[in-house]
Amino acid sequence: MARIVGGISTSHIPAIGNAIAKGLQQEPYWKPFFDGYPPVYEWLDRVKPDVAVIVYNDHGLNFFLNSMPTFAIGAAAEYRNEDEGWGLRPLPPFPGDPKFSWHVIESLVADEFDITICQDLKVDHGFAVPMSLLFGGKGKWPVRTIPLEVNTVQHPLPTPARCYKLGQALGRAIESYSQDLKVVVVGTGGMSHQLEGKRAGFINKEFDLYCMQKIVTDPKALTKYTIPELVELAGSQGPELIMWLIMRGALRGRVTKLHSNYHIPISNTGAGLLLLENAA
Amino acid sequence: MRLDQKGPFDAHDIPGTTLFDGTQAMKGYALNHMCWSFNAEANRQDFLRDPEAYCTKFGLNEAQKEAIRTKNVLAMLEAGGNIYYLAKFAGIFGLSVQDIGAQQTGMSVDEFKARLVAAGE
Repeated sequence: MARIVGGISTSHIPAIGNAIAKGLQQEPYWKPFFDGYPPVYEWLDRVKPDVAVIVYNDHGLNFFLNSMPTFAIGAAAEYRNEDEGWGLRPLPPFPGDPKFSWHVIESLVADEFDITICQDLKVDHGFAVPMSLLFGGKGKWPVRTIPLEVNTVQHPLPTPARCYKLGQALGRAIESYSQDLKVVVVGTGGMSHQLEGKRAGFINKEFDLYCMQKIVTDPKALTKYTIPELVELAGSQGPELIMWLIMRGALRGRVTKLHSNYHIPISNTGAGLLLLENAA
Repeated sequence: MRLDQKGPFDAHDIPGTTLFDGTQAMKGYALNHMCWSFNAEANRQDFLRDPEAYCTKFGLNEAQKEAIRTKNVLAMLEAGGNIYYLAKFAGIFGLSVQDIGAQQTGMSVDEFKARLVAAGE
């Protein structure tokens, strides 16, 4: 049976992709951020997951306001990254696992999560930057992927409570797959930031650190927030926390925090990293 | 649609913040649609050749056109723009999220960056 070996939460800011492309990891601005990652690389090298489920939000590459799904999932053999309009170099295609995707889809829908099914899905920096951060630099991608996309563009966004439940259903879906696979679930985005309006530049370190602690020990405490409350506390893009909650919901075993890092600022955000082990 | 909720559940009262809800999404559809088209290099070049004609092709209203002409991000938001699509417009001119953050808050870019650093202290 497939097994969820752990969960990772990480920022997906485009500037990180540029920093990787230009080899700036040891520059003073970037060092405190990238220095957080080696313990995650060591864990990935040791555990060697076969599949990564990447929970992310599209920022206007694949989806537009003409038809905006609340939750969408990829069911393709390959996912392409493309030009998003502001200069981030597209990465090579990411391998999918359509058979596994369809199993997850069937399980989620049977579990009353009626997700939008995408056989053709362009993945933007929300997906590509975490892949590059976690699995890049090895010549080819060492994992197959399942993209799980969440609307954080157009309100109403799904509630934190709903997202946590989706994560639990995702966990049941993965663990009911008959193939003997090791799976890592990655929740991307965050943490506090606000790109637009007169409150642009808003960051809330205290709340970010609270979330990083609670999501490990008491994730249900975070499901009590409404989306508008998260906007108030963490900025207009702060609700990206819901993708971390999907990741956390999928970890239904004994969860241990193996590593964490937090740094301000990366671009306009507080950047958080968590590595969680999920033991049977 | 905008719900006229009161109390802590209403993000419409957060200062300096416009929630991109149904009202904004309807108001800004043409503007956002145009900005979405800027994913493609050929469309970015088309826009640069004749910005007015490109705006007209996408059906922007006068407030949206004026916001685009003056590259005024707060005016684009007021006209229904969504920051993720507007970022593609900003990208044409090489403007980063710090540049547009500075513009929206009336700071210099250096002041805006210093404020971000200060948030970590």
